[in-house]
Amino acid sequence: MSALEAERLSIAFGGVRAIDEVSLAIEPGVVFSIIGPNGAGKTTLFNLFSGLYVPLAGRVLFAGKDVTGLSPDRLARRGLSRTFQNLQIFFRMTVLENVMVGRHRHETTGVLADLLHLPSVRRQNRRTREAARAALSRVGLEAEAERRADALPYGALKRLELARALASEPKVLLLDEPAAGCNPVETKELDAVIRSIAKEGITVVLVEHDMRLVMNISDRVHVLANGRTLAEGSAAEVRSHPAVVEAYLGVHGAQEAANAFG
Amino acid sequence: MSVRDLSRHPLAALAWIVPIITVLPLFFPSAYYYRIGALVFIFALAALGLNLLMGFAGQVSLGHAGFLGIGGYAVAIGPAYLGVPAWLAIIGGAVLSGLIAYAVGRPILRLKGHYLAVATLGFGLLIAIVLTNESAWTGGPDGISVPRPALFGLNMRRSEPWYWLAAASFLLSAVIATNLIDSPTGRALRAIHDSELAARVLGIDVGQAKLAVFAISAAYASVAGSYLALFNGHITPDIAGFLNSIELAAMVVLGGMGSVVGSLVGAAVLVVLPQVLTILHEYEHIMLGLILMGCMIFLRRGIVPSLQAAWAGARR
Amino acid sequence: MLAESLQFFFSGLTVGAVYALVALGFTLIYNACDVINFAQGEFVMLGGMTTVFLALAGLPLPIAALLAVAVTVLMGLALHRLAIEPARGASPVVLIIITIGASIFLRGVAQVAFDKNFHSLPPVFGTNPIQLGGATILPHSLLVLAGAGAIVLLLWLFIDRTLIGKALIATATNRLAARLVGIDTRRMVGLSFAVAAGIGAIAGILITPITLTSYDVGTLLALKGFAAVMLGGIGSALGAVIGGLALGMVEAFSAGYLSSKYKDAAAFLVILLVLFAMPQGLLGRGKVERV
Repeated sequence: MSALEAERLSIAFGGVRAIDEVSLAIEPGVVFSIIGPNGAGKTTLFNLFSGLYVPLAGRVLFAGKDVTGLSPDRLARRGLSRTFQNLQIFFRMTVLENVMVGRHRHETTGVLADLLHLPSVRRQNRRTREAARAALSRVGLEAEAERRADALPYGALKRLELARALASEPKVLLLDEPAAGCNPVETKELDAVIRSIAKEGITVVLVEHDMRLVMNISDRVHVLANGRTLAEGSAAEVRSHPAVVEAYLGVHGAQEAANAFG
Repeated sequence: MSVRDLSRHPLAALAWIVPIITVLPLFFPSAYYYRIGALVFIFALAALGLNLLMGFAGQVSLGHAGFLGIGGYAVAIGPAYLGVPAWLAIIGGAVLSGLIAYAVGRPILRLKGHYLAVATLGFGLLIAIVLTNESAWTGGPDGISVPRPALFGLNMRRSEPWYWLAAASFLLSAVIATNLIDSPTGRALRAIHDSELAARVLGIDVGQAKLAVFAISAAYASVAGSYLALFNGHITPDIAGFLNSIELAAMVVLGGMGSVVGSLVGAAVLVVLPQVLTILHEYEHIMLGLILMGCMIFLRRGIVPSLQAAWAGARR
Repeated sequence: MLAESLQFFFSGLTVGAVYALVALGFTLIYNACDVINFAQGEFVMLGGMTTVFLALAGLPLPIAALLAVAVTVLMGLALHRLAIEPARGASPVVLIIITIGASIFLRGVAQVAFDKNFHSLPPVFGTNPIQLGGATILPHSLLVLAGAGAIVLLLWLFIDRTLIGKALIATATNRLAARLVGIDTRRMVGLSFAVAAGIGAIAGILITPITLTSYDVGTLLALKGFAAVMLGGIGSALGAVIGGLALGMVEAFSAGYLSSKYKDAAAFLVILLVLFAMPQGLLGRGKVERV
C-alpha cells in the first residue's frame, strides 16, 4: 500500500491543463523527488496533494484511502504536512510559537478550557513547548526560540518551516523547494536532516531544482514537464533517460548529475 | 509587554490595572466621574471582544455595534415583556448574539478584506434598521426605557456601583482574553492572522476558529450593550448604529490591535475625549472626526504598541 | 401592474444614477490608491448644500452650483493632502477609519456652517411630470439621468483619450512602475480625489431637487455607494455604474412591492446575498493566490 498516490490527476486553470493525467505512487518511508522545469506543475501537484486545489479529474490516495477533495486541515489530521515555496511563516509570532502551532493536531483542549486556562491547558502547553523545542533542535534553531520570526534571515526561516511541519509528526512530508536560496553548506545540512527524517520512517516528497541534492538523496525521482509525466525511476535511471536529459537537464545539468555520483 | 511577553507572564500585565481601578475614584470630584469611568469600562469590554476578532484573528468587523444593540434590547424587552430578570436577560442576550454571530458568520467570514468589511457593515446596519422598524417590540426610533435592575439591594440608579461592576466585568473578561493568548485556540487565531494557508495545512479548521472568535466577540459586545442599557435606563436603535460600530473599531485600532490593555486605552480615549469636549457641543462631530483622523495618522500602530516600541527604543 | 412597475423602474433609475456616481467616485479613488473613501457621500452632500446656501445668499443658481463644485473639489484635494497622504502605508483598517473620521468631520462642518434642516433646489425644467407608458417621470429625473450619463462619458473620454487620464490609469495599475516612467503619482492620486469630489458634488446638485438634501445625507449615500461598488465588483468602473443602477432598482422595487420601511435594508440584504454567492461582484475578477 502506497503512502501517497496520484491516480490520473488533472487540473486546469482558465483552460490550460496545469496537470494532465499524472499518476504516481510513493512507497512508505522513501525519499521521493519531483523535478521538472519551471512551470512544469510541481507546486500545483503539491497543492493537489495537500488539498489546496480540487482536481478536475483523477484521485488522490493517502495510505490507500481516497482523500480527493478533502480540505487541507482534514488531510493534516490524517498525517500529511508540507512546507511552502513562498514561505508561510507566522511572522508576528515567536520562532517557538510558530513550531507550537505545528503541534496543533495533537492538542486536545477545547475553546472553553482555553478561555479558562485550566490545568489541563497548562500541562498541554508544557508538552507542546517541549515537543516544539525538540523540533527546533533538529534543524538547529533552538537558540532562536524566543525571537520574533520576522527577525530571522531567509535560510533560518526555511528551517523554521521545516521544524514546524515536523512538529506535527506527519506520516508524509511534502517539501516544496527546501533548498531554494540555500548556500552549499546549508544544503548539506538540509541533506542530513532529510535523511534523518526518512530514517524515522516518514515518507518525504521533495520538489527541488538543486540536482545535486535530488540525485544524492532520492530513492525515486519523478520528472514532470508541461503538466505531464516525462519519466520516473531511480536517480540514476532518470538522469540518463534521454527524454529527460533533453527536456530538462540539458548537457550541463547531466554533467552535474554525473558529478554527484562521481 | 508585547503579546510575546504576555505569554510568559500572562496576567502580570493586567495586575497593575487593579490598583489603578481602585485608587482612581479617590480623585473623583463628583459622581459624574463615576459615570465616565463606568462608560469607559463598558466600552472597553465591547472593544476587548472586537479586539479578539480584529487584533488576534486579523478579521475586521464594521458592524459590531449590532451586537451592542441585541444585548441592550434584550435587557429592555426581557424584563418588560417576558418577565425575565435582568441578569438572565443579559445572559440570554449574549447567547442570542453568539448564535446570530454563528449563523451569520459562516458565510460572512469566508470573505476577506474590503468585502468582509462591507458585509459586516451591512449586517450591523440591518440590525439597526430592524431595531428601528419593529416598534411594537422596540419602541421604534425613540426607543424604550429599561427597568433598573436590583443588585443586592444597591441603588443602581447611581453611577458608583456601575463603575465597580463594569470595572470588575472588564477585568474578568481581560483575564479570559489573556488566557487565550497562550493556548491552542489563541495560537490558532494568531496563526490565522498571519497565514491562513499555513494554519490550514497544520490542521487548523480555519472556518471553525473564525466562527468561534466571532461568536465570542459578539457575546462580549452583547454584555456591554446590556450594561449600557441598564446603566442609562433607556435605549434607542442608535446603539446599534454605524457611528458606534466605527467607534468600537477605532478603539481597537487606537489602543493597539492584539493588545488587551489597548482595548481599555482606546476606550478611555474615545469615551473621555468627547466628554471633555462637550462644552463644544455644537462642534462635537468636528472634534470627533479630527480625533479619529489625528489618532489614526499619528498613532497608527495604536497607543500601546507605540508606547512599547518607544520604551524598547529608549532602553537600548 | 405594468404602470406600477414602470414607475418603480423610473424612480429606481433616478436614484440608481446617483448611487452610480457615488460608486464611480469610490472606484476612482480606490483604483488610484487602494483606499475606500467613506467621505465620498459628504462630497455629494457638500455639492447640494453649498449650492443651496450660496443661492440663499443671493448668488444666481448656475454660479452657486459652479462655486459649490469648486469648493467640494478643494475639499477633496485637502482630504487627500492632509489626511490620506500622511497615512500612506498604514493598514487598510486604519485608512478606512481615517476616511470615516473625515466624513464625520465634514458632516460636523456642514452642521455648523449650514444648518440641520432639509433643503431643496428648484428643478430646472419645472415640476410638471411627464407621462410615459402609464407612469410619470419628473423632467428633472431625465436631467439626472442625462447628467450622470454625460459624466460617465466624459470620464471615459478623459481616461481613454488624454495623456493625464492615461497617467492616472498607470498610477492605478502599478504605482511603482508609474513613478519609474516619471509620473508624479502623488499628484495623480490627488487628481483622483479631485475628480471624485467633483463627480460627487455634481451628483449632489443634480439630485437635490428630487430627494432634498441636509447635512447628514452623506453617510447613507456613502454606505449605499460602497455597497454598489461591491455589487459591481470592486475596482471596475463599469461595475460601479451597473452596481449603482442595480441597487437603485432593488431599492425602488422592494420599497414598492414589499415594505418601504425596509427600503434601506433591502439594499444591504442584497449586498450580503451577492457577496455570499459571488464574492467578486458582478464584474469583478477573482484573485488567484500564488502559493
